Amino acid sequence: MNYLPIWAILFPLLGGLLQLLIRNKAGVAAQRGLSLILLSGLVLLALWMFIVALQGERYVYYLGNWPAPFGIVLVLDQLSAMMVLLTAVLALMAMSYAMLRQIDQLGLHFHVLFQIQLFGLNGAFLTGDIFNLFVFFEVLLLASYGLMLHGLGQERTKAGLHYVTLNLVGSILFLFALGAVYGSLGTLNLADLALKVGQAPLERQGLIKTAGLLLLVVFGLKAAMFPLYMWLPATYASTSAPVAALFAIMTKVGIYALIRVHGTMFGAEAQGLAYFYQPWVLSAGLVTLFVAALGVVAAQELRRLVTYGVLASVATLLIAVGINTPASLAAALFYLVHSTLLAATFFLLADLISEGREDIGDRLEKAPIMPGAKYLGIVYFAVVVGMVGLPPLSGFLGKALILQSALAHPWYGWIFAVVLGSSLIMLVSMVRAGTLLFYRLPPRDGRAIIPLQKTALLPIYALLFISPLLVLLAHPITEFTQQMAQQLLDLSHYTQAVLANPMQGGH
Amino acid sequence: MSTELLIALSIGIMVSCGVYLILRPNTFPVVVGLTFLSYAVNVFLFAMGGLKVGMPPILDEKVTTYTDPLPQALVLTAIVISFGMTAFLIVLSLRARDNLNTDHIDGKIYLSNFTDNKLIEPTEGSSKDQPERVESTTTSQQDILK
Repeated sequence: MNYLPIWAILFPLLGGLLQLLIRNKAGVAAQRGLSLILLSGLVLLALWMFIVALQGERYVYYLGNWPAPFGIVLVLDQLSAMMVLLTAVLALMAMSYAMLRQIDQLGLHFHVLFQIQLFGLNGAFLTGDIFNLFVFFEVLLLASYGLMLHGLGQERTKAGLHYVTLNLVGSILFLFALGAVYGSLGTLNLADLALKVGQAPLERQGLIKTAGLLLLVVFGLKAAMFPLYMWLPATYASTSAPVAALFAIMTKVGIYALIRVHGTMFGAEAQGLAYFYQPWVLSAGLVTLFVAALGVVAAQELRRLVTYGVLASVATLLIAVGINTPASLAAALFYLVHSTLLAATFFLLADLISEGREDIGDRLEKAPIMPGAKYLGIVYFAVVVGMVGLPPLSGFLGKALILQSALAHPWYGWIFAVVLGSSLIMLVSMVRAGTLLFYRLPPRDGRAIIPLQKTALLPIYALLFISPLLVLLAHPITEFTQQMAQQLLDLSHYTQAVLANPMQGGH
Repeated sequence: MSTELLIALSIGIMVSCGVYLILRPNTFPVVVGLTFLSYAVNVFLFAMGGLKVGMPPILDEKVTTYTDPLPQALVLTAIVISFGMTAFLIVLSLRARDNLNTDHIDGKIYLSNFTDNKLIEPTEGSSKDQPERVESTTTSQQDILK
């Protein structure tokens, strides 16, 4: 069982290498077949890991069998298992869409980059060492640069240049923060850090705090936290739809890292520094949500509107993390699953809509009625209901849980005002966009049109189907997220599980 | 003491040069600025184990004090990663120069008349939003690299 975490990392890496080898020999069909097999395999593997992790144990893999604070460890717990499963499901759907729409053939090595991206993501979710987290961040970023630029085009190159430069600066800040952490605490293992922060002498605390806030900037840049969100709309709106759908998980990596690293390092055992970052996260989340709502109103194109919707979901998550109670953490994890899947659905849908509108594309203007408007319109309606957070879809439940957990917080007035106000603003603008896209449109004037590719709707339906499922199974799922939040807050068990069994490696 | 001052000063100077350069509007200074920043962070990481001159990092029977070997391993990883990233950024900058007909980071083009120093958006919208086939682009990339 302790070998599970390493498998989830090695599987996509080996898959990517295999893709690279067969590309020239076997052709497109073999490459696609292999991709489907690899991604389905990854989903099954992730499902297995998830079921194993549900028991509540933590599985620790010691790389090279080095004892814990000295070597690198991989830790499988409920949160990382859930993230890996979510990534795998999302990747399978995004890849099926890319294949159905031939987007994987716009350039070379789409399948290879896709696997390497999953390698980096899984590694980031499973590692228990912050320098290793940096390395996996770099892996997933490098793959994401390739995927983001895949297919090229002016807009994409321009946005890509900003994206790459910003993330390189982010990586450098990450290294500065790691240097400061190591210099002041003498370790980079997360479990060890959790113990050492509490014992740090008073004169070191300033430096540790600086390092913690630098890390917050780095994760905030990944998660697109205000004021570091400027790259997100341009990047996500200019890249291809399946890549944008996969990138829905990329902002959540920032949130995950925030929960994992800050929640562990500056958790309940950190004495004077316990949860010192929470007010920063909460206020940044509130401002981000406000800005995102304004962005949704101001958006002139559908894809840009969706990117600001993604930003709003990230901001809601930041708020939930910033409230910092077991209930709010559990609500955040529920909302994380919901918002990732729905954002991906919306990106894929926006691509189909802009395809049907020919040269008008996804600009929010009246255009001749698009082919298959009734299918697309129904999905648009459902996605908006989910994204804004209206009943009966899972967005409502997620937001209700977050607001419920906010009641005890001293800032609850602000939290309620911003969350509900931004939801209303987003609802109005998304309804306006829907009206422009689907209502009272002039008929086609006999020009040749591309019919709607109905098969491309399948991954969209599959992703969308999960949202009502989250509501129907709300009771077991919320129980599970509460259990997960408890496990995250139970740091003494984490440190024991990682540090207390050296040289066994779990044979 | 003097070594520490020297290291601290050199990190500070490299960071300030790097920050100034990445705020420039053209891609080449930005690349150089990022390189400066990564040099600075490498020296910073290196110094984080504490500065000890002339001490071995691995076990030796003859000595009692050691320098911390871990930062050296970290620096090695950081160097490799930043090297790869810089290489990627240079290729991307060349690609952008070719694709946008300018080396401005926002894709803006300087007017040939420099007196009023105005910037304009690129006007040719023909290839905008149309993904090109990579087969054609890789050849032009090779042309640039020659």
